[in-house]
Amino acid sequence: MNEMGDSGGEVFAMLPELLLLAGAVGGLLLGLWTPQHHQWRVRVLVVLACLASAAAAAVGLSGNDSTVFEDTWVIDTTTGVVRITVALAVALIVGLGASSLAGHPRETEAYVLMLLGALGAVALAAGNDLLLLVAAYLLASVPLYALAGFAKDARGTEATMKYYLMGAFVGVLLLLGVASVVLATGVTGYPAIGDLLGQAPAPLAALGVLGVLAGLLFKAGAVPVHQWVPDVTAGTTPTMAAYITTIPKVGAVAAAFRLLDGPFAAAPVDVPLLVAVIAALTMTLGNLAAFSQTEVLRLLAYSTISQVGYLLMVVAVAARSDLALPALLIYLVGYAVTNIGVFAAAAAKPAAGTIDEWAAASRDRRWLVVSLVVCLLGLVGTPPTAVFVGKLAVFSAAWDGGLAWLVVVAAINTVASLFYYLRWITPAAASSAGAPSLRGSSQAPHDHDTHRAVSAQQERVLAGPMTLVHLTAIASLLLGIGSGAVLVAALPG
Amino acid sequence: MLLTVVILLPLIAAGLLMAVPQLDGRSATWVWVAASAADLALVGWMWWRFEPGTGASGVVGGIGYETDVQWIPTVDAGYHVGVDGLSLPLIALTAVLFLACAVWSLRQPDRPRLQAALFLFLETACLGTFASLDLILFFVFFDLTIVGMYFVIAGWGHGNARRSALKFFLYTFVGSLALLLGFIGLFLGSDTRTFDMVTLAQDPPLAGQPVAGGLVLLAIGLGLAIKTPVFPFHTWLPDAHTDAPAAGSAILAGILLKLGTYGFVRIAMPILPDAWQRWALVPVVIGVISVLWGALAALAQTDLKRMIAYTSVNHMGYVLLGLGAAGMVAADTGARTLATIGAVYQMVAHGLLTGALFLLTGVLWSRGRTYAFDKWGGLARPAPVFAALLAVAAFGALGLPGFASFVAEFQVFTGALQASPVATVIAVVGILVTAGLFLVALQRLLAGPTVVPDDDPEQDDEPSTDGGSTTLVRARTGSLRDMSAAELVAVVPLLALAIVLGLFPRALLDVIEPAARTVAELVAR
Repeated sequence: MNEMGDSGGEVFAMLPELLLLAGAVGGLLLGLWTPQHHQWRVRVLVVLACLASAAAAAVGLSGNDSTVFEDTWVIDTTTGVVRITVALAVALIVGLGASSLAGHPRETEAYVLMLLGALGAVALAAGNDLLLLVAAYLLASVPLYALAGFAKDARGTEATMKYYLMGAFVGVLLLLGVASVVLATGVTGYPAIGDLLGQAPAPLAALGVLGVLAGLLFKAGAVPVHQWVPDVTAGTTPTMAAYITTIPKVGAVAAAFRLLDGPFAAAPVDVPLLVAVIAALTMTLGNLAAFSQTEVLRLLAYSTISQVGYLLMVVAVAARSDLALPALLIYLVGYAVTNIGVFAAAAAKPAAGTIDEWAAASRDRRWLVVSLVVCLLGLVGTPPTAVFVGKLAVFSAAWDGGLAWLVVVAAINTVASLFYYLRWITPAAASSAGAPSLRGSSQAPHDHDTHRAVSAQQERVLAGPMTLVHLTAIASLLLGIGSGAVLVAALPG
Repeated sequence: MLLTVVILLPLIAAGLLMAVPQLDGRSATWVWVAASAADLALVGWMWWRFEPGTGASGVVGGIGYETDVQWIPTVDAGYHVGVDGLSLPLIALTAVLFLACAVWSLRQPDRPRLQAALFLFLETACLGTFASLDLILFFVFFDLTIVGMYFVIAGWGHGNARRSALKFFLYTFVGSLALLLGFIGLFLGSDTRTFDMVTLAQDPPLAGQPVAGGLVLLAIGLGLAIKTPVFPFHTWLPDAHTDAPAAGSAILAGILLKLGTYGFVRIAMPILPDAWQRWALVPVVIGVISVLWGALAALAQTDLKRMIAYTSVNHMGYVLLGLGAAGMVAADTGARTLATIGAVYQMVAHGLLTGALFLLTGVLWSRGRTYAFDKWGGLARPAPVFAALLAVAAFGALGLPGFASFVAEFQVFTGALQASPVATVIAVVGILVTAGLFLVALQRLLAGPTVVPDDDPEQDDEPSTDGGSTTLVRARTGSLRDMSAAELVAVVPLLALAIVLGLFPRALLDVIEPAARTVAELVAR
């Protein structure tokens, strides 16, 4: 890597990815020679690899935009932010999984698969060539099938089957789309497609656009290929669910943004309108389905679907507004942090399946509830959290890009989403604050005594995930308040 | 910098309260009192040093204690705060009312530490909203007040508190999102692409686009109207008030409603002068309907707290009438300035008087767990101090000369008469109804043979959800404990201030007038 030749420089530019890969390979080798009860060493190695990758990406962020390996891989702000987000998110999720995975017979495999999937997500975001996109799709999918079924229980297996079959099917659509684009233009590189797609026959171009988008929408968990999300999320462990609903989404949305910003902008069909309609459907359907959920993980699953809807808004106006890029970046980062936070809250009470059980188990955990409220209200878009700034930027960008109607739809959806997030907030807050409003409790000398009466079957609350909830809540607030500084650091010029 | 300290001081105190679990409830409330008192002292200092300026000043210039730090440079949103003649009275009102609520809550036994922290958080949010000179910052604080009040109602309310809290949250959240859409519209419509209120007011966006301007005003107006609330968006208000605790109601009516009306003066009028002129008749008509509707609905209530809640709709109607009249440029600037001054004065007067009224209803609740008129009667005999204070507050609220509300309403009517005589005459009728209903309420509660809720557990049947062990204070038959010292110290200053501002309005008028004149001139552009 030290040789400063041409290909050497190109390799050096991909240091963040190499570090992830090194972490995966190194972790696997280390795991082979490490006794079962010492597998924490692998965890440390993996987290270090993630942090090093994020640091390398942060250093690379200040450089100019460039492409490497014959224009197949773009290194620009989007790639940089996705690299950092994905690497840090994986580090967080590995930390989240520590308490449930420690001592597990396949602990090392889990971490390695996570790193490989992360590599796939970054490749999705950085890819500048359709063939690379296909490879990235597979790399971002195959490890996830294994992760989804990691627990090897009936529900997980069923979910994995569903996920795998849908993934395979959509993968065929993606290949069909890529083939159509190649047929229409004769090239696979994004810049060349952008030049040639305008002259292509409309049906062929439309088929190509639809197929490629289908693949990305599947990874993002957007309508109409979202059905796997609730099953997989609820069927697997909270840690895996956090991973599957965060990492690939970040990569897929960034990839869709790159496609709409460049190659698809010239397509003879109205791709932005198509994406806008999908965005509206995704957020609406996600919200409506979330209303009736009583299970924590299913509720969160539909919440992630609706969040992707907001993200797709900015994808739709990728080529139309200068505000789109900052909006995408801040929303992606905010979403990743906040989403991991709420899943960590679910992971803190592994035995609590429903919202009420969760609330009952957090009776004596006031700070946990405070952090959860920050995260959930963050997902609603309450200031001053990161997602609020993201939503503000996304709304501005979408309106600026001529999609005012979509902004109105999104605003209505935001109100609707408040309703089901409150269904979790209210019982949690009520139980943590003691019995709901003891109106005549003037006899009770101090408030502590009444609600310190913890029920005997007080459930175990895992310390690791709980710390993570606090961390992400603080990060969400800091990112929101410091969003200006973050954007200035990330954006060129 | 001083202003930032004023805004953040309560939040820091709240953080302190949360971080020190060893603190017992009573000390926690004292911390709340101390923090609020310190904040009030600082606001007093700010008022003392504030130069309102001569002629027209404020809104676009002559702003005191200004701080402007960039926050999100890509959309030019910043931490821009400052005070002028519009915001200073409301900031002072906020500090006064929160201190009163802190003192009031000294005897409150239900999770006092958490309550104190929540109210301090709310105080920061309210002060921040009034001090904001940036649309996004305004929105941030505006939304946080909703979150804070939600937890106050849900956590410390009674009756159907959860449902009322949810209704409050959903309604006002819809409003705040409409507001956000409007703000984004202003941002995209402005030449410089900024969220800065001062810049936007100097160079109003969407000037040549009546349709876009109208739609943006509609979004902003909708958001503020829900918060204010005016007819037909007021339906969340009675429920939220009935089920909120006394201190929460006082803050909700005294401060949070003002966020809506303040938004009209601060944002809608100076930044969208074109649209405001064009549609000035709408706020006038809605204001008059709110005046009448609020008064008549209040008349029909059988519950003291619901009645007071509806009179808030009535009083906010006067504010809207004044502000609408200020947009009718056919009238001369003097009259429009007067209407604007009256509107701002009314915000302060209503905050003091309704705050006091709601705290006084808390006396009834704490003694008898009901607000129903038919459960109480002849209270002047067992509780003369309470009766006297309630009478004073009621007379103040109905706009008797000598009270701040009289000064306010008089100016609104005088200013609006020239621009829209018919509406003004109709609105005056509202005063008559209000006077009648307050007198009837006083008569029911204070005169006649003494009636207090009997010792009947049936009426204390609020569902104790989640099986919490509920201990109830039983009302004592035939007697009523009069006001305690803490209650007196909380309520008396509010009423005293309302009288002082009614007898010597100059002190407040000197501050409001330059800014109100600026608004009247800006609207006429």
